[in-house]
Amino acid sequence: MKTLARTGRDGAVTPRSGARRRRAARGVPLPLLVPALAGLAFLLLPLLALLIRAPWRTLPDHLTSTEVWQALQLSLVSATAATAVSLVLGVPLAWLLARTDFPGRGFVRALVTLPLVLPPVVGGVALLLALGRNGVVGQWLDSWFGITLPFTTAGVVVAEAFVAMPFLVISVEGTLRAADPRYEEAATTLGASRFTAFRRVTLPLIAPGIAAGAVLAWARALGEFGATITFAGNFPGRTQTMPLAVYLALQDDPAAAIALSLVLLAVSIAVLAGLRDRWMTASS
Amino acid sequence: MTHTDETPAGVRAEDVPGEGLDARLVVARGAFRLDVALTARPGEVVALLGPNGAGKTTALRALAGLSPLTAGHLRLDGAALDRTPPEARPVGVVFQDYLLFPHLSALDNVAFGPRCQGASRTEARARAAEWLARMGLTDHAGAKPRRLSGGQAQRVALARALATRPRLLLLDEPLAALDARTRLEVRAQLRRHLAEFEAVAVLVTHDPLDAMVLADRLVVVEHGRVVQEGAPADIARRPRTDYIAQLVGLNLYRGQAEGHRVRLEAGPAVATTEELSGPAFVAFPPSAVTLHRDRPAAGSARNLWRCEVAGLETHGDQIRADLTGELALAADLTTVAAAELGLHPGAEVWAAVKAAQTHAYPA
Repeated sequence: MKTLARTGRDGAVTPRSGARRRRAARGVPLPLLVPALAGLAFLLLPLLALLIRAPWRTLPDHLTSTEVWQALQLSLVSATAATAVSLVLGVPLAWLLARTDFPGRGFVRALVTLPLVLPPVVGGVALLLALGRNGVVGQWLDSWFGITLPFTTAGVVVAEAFVAMPFLVISVEGTLRAADPRYEEAATTLGASRFTAFRRVTLPLIAPGIAAGAVLAWARALGEFGATITFAGNFPGRTQTMPLAVYLALQDDPAAAIALSLVLLAVSIAVLAGLRDRWMTASS
Repeated sequence: MTHTDETPAGVRAEDVPGEGLDARLVVARGAFRLDVALTARPGEVVALLGPNGAGKTTALRALAGLSPLTAGHLRLDGAALDRTPPEARPVGVVFQDYLLFPHLSALDNVAFGPRCQGASRTEARARAAEWLARMGLTDHAGAKPRRLSGGQAQRVALARALATRPRLLLLDEPLAALDARTRLEVRAQLRRHLAEFEAVAVLVTHDPLDAMVLADRLVVVEHGRVVQEGAPADIARRPRTDYIAQLVGLNLYRGQAEGHRVRLEAGPAVATTEELSGPAFVAFPPSAVTLHRDRPAAGSARNLWRCEVAGLETHGDQIRADLTGELALAADLTTVAAAELGLHPGAEVWAAVKAAQTHAYPA
């Protein structure tokens, strides 16, 4: 019995190592290998440089300064708020795009994805024209409700949500399309309204897709620069997020800029680690 | 399309009592058009039987409200349901692959319907537990659907549909997703549960055995139309299309009856015991056919045709021979007989069928 089991295990191991050897022996063509390695180096070298030139000795001082903490706190709060806004508005929008049929749906879908490819600065200008004090909608917000968005923390959230929401919508829409719509049908035959079916059946089924989309949107919001600085300005403690602080620090205190960049790098790596089940395993 | 109440079968809605199901389902989708009339009394189990693509599932979806009717009507216990959205119809559905909600336990799957109907969480769960107990699934109440076997999932799906107390229960290929052994067991259980069900049940299947075991009445659908309906035994005895004849394992021909003979549309005449006139069907089982190498002595009450073997296949412990020639027919014979006759594709044989073993009936 014991020997049988051992032969079985050996039998399972041998062909696998054989396959690995064969794959290596077949070789990678040089015209592919060289650019591939160059590409890898190109992606990794800047990050390595960041680590090599980091002012490790003075790092604690840089990271404990009030400005850094203000910027980090503002970044985290506004990115999270922008993600929340994206979830509340983006998930229903994704559902509409995936589950209903209305004239011009393809066009609407293209419009939703436009901020994905639009230069963020243009987005910021557009936001100013729409929601600025004299903007198309902004003038009414100001005169009726006394709400002013530009150059406020709320403005930061608006700018980040504008840029980040398409990531969430596209991700959730894809998950919805992959989910079997017949579960919703089954729910309606059990007496559930379409909204109840969405809330009690569809939402739990697509929760992983929503989570992935939210992380993607959050990461995008955290790194947002162009739209934020255009629409919300650069006031420390109010609208100066981490990316803005990094850019500003680079002008007069490069060591501080590197320290701030390290913090953002750490956050990015943490996000990647959180998503490894979704992305890393897909490639292996 | 006009909204008349006249059905292809000539049954008028007024003739049908208010209780039960009275429907004429017309659904047009591209080139395909479904047009079937369906009536059933409470307590009756009706099977929609037909080949794939005949429109059975479309009919079921129309009954459930998942596909809109192009024309026709749908009344259940006297109430018109044509315009009622699916969630407001007193209709329960058991889907082919069950569609149990994967994120809910068996208990919460069954409690889903009562919850939607306004029961409190405790009340809904109590009702669900009752249904699971009736299905013998109390031990699996907490299990997620992926941990259930095929047979268990089927019973949870049935419990989930019944827990809404429907007046019409729809089952889409209820046994198709099961392996052969589970099927036997689940079929017997399903038969018991359907017998207890007091309202109308409509099941869709392409399996004649499922239909005959589970249903009181069969409605055979081909190309979106009803081609035959009646009690299972009648349909098995008097098939009216090639599809049904094949399902019930009969050789079927159509022709003109003249006394004790039916002259076939293409080919020879068949001697029968029944005396008929006019258009008629004549049917006989493959086991009634005897094959001979040399021409046997012909009797008056005996049919004899010169045929050629087109193909042979094993059929249980028998050999099924497909014959062409004067008459295309299937014949069953034992392996020994096949060997003695030296049957092979292309072999010439005489096929004989006694008149007493044929069955003729008006077309």
